[in-house]
Amino acid sequence: MVMPQPILETSRLRKIFGGLMAVVDLNFKVMPGQIKAIIGPNGAGKTTLFNIITGILPPTGGTIRFKGREISGEKPHRIAQKGISRTFQTVELFGNMTVLENVMVGRHVRTKKGLIQSGLRLPGVKREERLVLEMAQEKLEVVGLMRRANESASGIPLGEQKLLEIARALATDPQLLLLDEPAAGLNETEKLRIGEIIRKIRGSGITVLLVEHHMDLVMNISDEIVVLNYGEKVAEGTPEEVKGDEKVIDAYLGVEIRYA
Amino acid sequence: MGKENRRAVFILMICLGIFPFFIRSDYYLSIMIFIGINAIIVMGLSLLMGYAGQISLGHAAFFGIGAYCSGVLTVKLGFSIFTAFFCGIFLSTIMAMAIAIPTLKLKGHYLAVATLGFGEIIYVIFNELLEITGGPSGLSGIPSIHFFGYSFKGGWRYFYLVWTVAILLLIFSLNIIHSRIGRALRAVHGSEVAAQAMGVNVSQFKIQVFVLSAIYASVAGTLYAHFVTFISPSTFSLFVSILLLMMVVIGGGGSIWGALLGAGILTVLPESLRAFRDFDILVYGIILMTILLFMPEGIFKGLTLSLIWMRKKW
Repeated sequence: MVMPQPILETSRLRKIFGGLMAVVDLNFKVMPGQIKAIIGPNGAGKTTLFNIITGILPPTGGTIRFKGREISGEKPHRIAQKGISRTFQTVELFGNMTVLENVMVGRHVRTKKGLIQSGLRLPGVKREERLVLEMAQEKLEVVGLMRRANESASGIPLGEQKLLEIARALATDPQLLLLDEPAAGLNETEKLRIGEIIRKIRGSGITVLLVEHHMDLVMNISDEIVVLNYGEKVAEGTPEEVKGDEKVIDAYLGVEIRYA
Repeated sequence: MGKENRRAVFILMICLGIFPFFIRSDYYLSIMIFIGINAIIVMGLSLLMGYAGQISLGHAAFFGIGAYCSGVLTVKLGFSIFTAFFCGIFLSTIMAMAIAIPTLKLKGHYLAVATLGFGEIIYVIFNELLEITGGPSGLSGIPSIHFFGYSFKGGWRYFYLVWTVAILLLIFSLNIIHSRIGRALRAVHGSEVAAQAMGVNVSQFKIQVFVLSAIYASVAGTLYAHFVTFISPSTFSLFVSILLLMMVVIGGGGSIWGALLGAGILTVLPESLRAFRDFDILVYGIILMTILLFMPEGIFKGLTLSLIWMRKKW
């Protein structure tokens, strides 16, 4: 049997901020079609890891491979082009634009009409613009925000802003979607809904890498979990394996159970 | 470009179209021509400031490059008006790229500093290259524009020429704003990091918009040179760069219509303040301060807001 190629693979990935080791020699793989979660206490390096993968931060050392090709050190827009998209822990919407326009920006990377073509409104521009609009509406349907399409993105409730970020990321046609705490600040019903949406996204063939603090959601939807603590991988495995791991309980789960 | 904009452009075209039928005085027509010329530069600046979030303190230099290219090449070297015009655009593009590529890759307002220096260099060149530019005493005898034997001499003909160019560039700008490029630029304003994650090449667009605004200024320079037929360096000094910037701010950055309004107001204002004689600068300053105090987002936004308010009241 031939092992399928991992969609994302890091090897000895490292990030140092001054004297702080945010990510320490991290090796992990994400297989195509998986929902993989990264958990760990605050400051474990999860968001830093996302920022390195998406090119916002350069790694201090090590490599990241996407579909077998090295991507470490590439610019964020190039990485988006290759098929990695993301959402942000603290919502990073374009507050000066409508909900629909936010998703339309997501389509930017898959369209190519330039300044002069757009300025002259050449025939192709109109067609492309129509396709962008249709695609954006379709993605809004996926997360159930169509009725908000023409409202200002900064005016909708937090739960919907989180969904909007997902719709915007989907508009880039990603093969790998990084979700940074999609359920943070959501209530129980919204959490269930986001779990469903994540499953639906995976169902459409997109691999999902997820950072999340809500253990019920993580245990429920993930195929595999990586546990980070102080930038180091403490454990990796299926939800059952991770739940039973001594080191994980020490570093993370134990604390939650004790104070829960 | 959206229904509202299309309607507004249409109304503007009609108003401008019938203007010379009612106003025949050469003085008023020439003021309208100057408004058109300024509007062209200010539209470019407004794209740069309102959409790319960058400030240029050197746009008078691009205006000057357009004007001097047209002037020098037609007067001294006998180039055709068309060729000289494109030489101006070409030179402005090269210069703008040389400034923008290193500075706009950095974050922060390096462009403002770089353009300030650039403006001064160009100003000195205009003054010191005596044999070519005529130095401080200027360059005269620039021919007026004629296409295929049709001369654009005379107030109303030139008025139509300038405003045709201005309207075409207005439509071009509105199209850009309402395209993926405009969306990308607004997205950068909203969240630069998210825009990058959506595949927006931030520095590339900033560079493109800067070059575009330099081309607008160069086009305006050509139109200016052939209208006044005499140019001298003082028209392209730092003060003019700042005045152009003021037009964007007074009109309201981030709106092309605001740019038109700002160009109109700041071109007309000094003319209408002649009655105050020596105190005109003083009154001018007070008016600018009042506008910015009560309409910090510019007259265009201010007027729209007060219209909405009035509609609610009555």
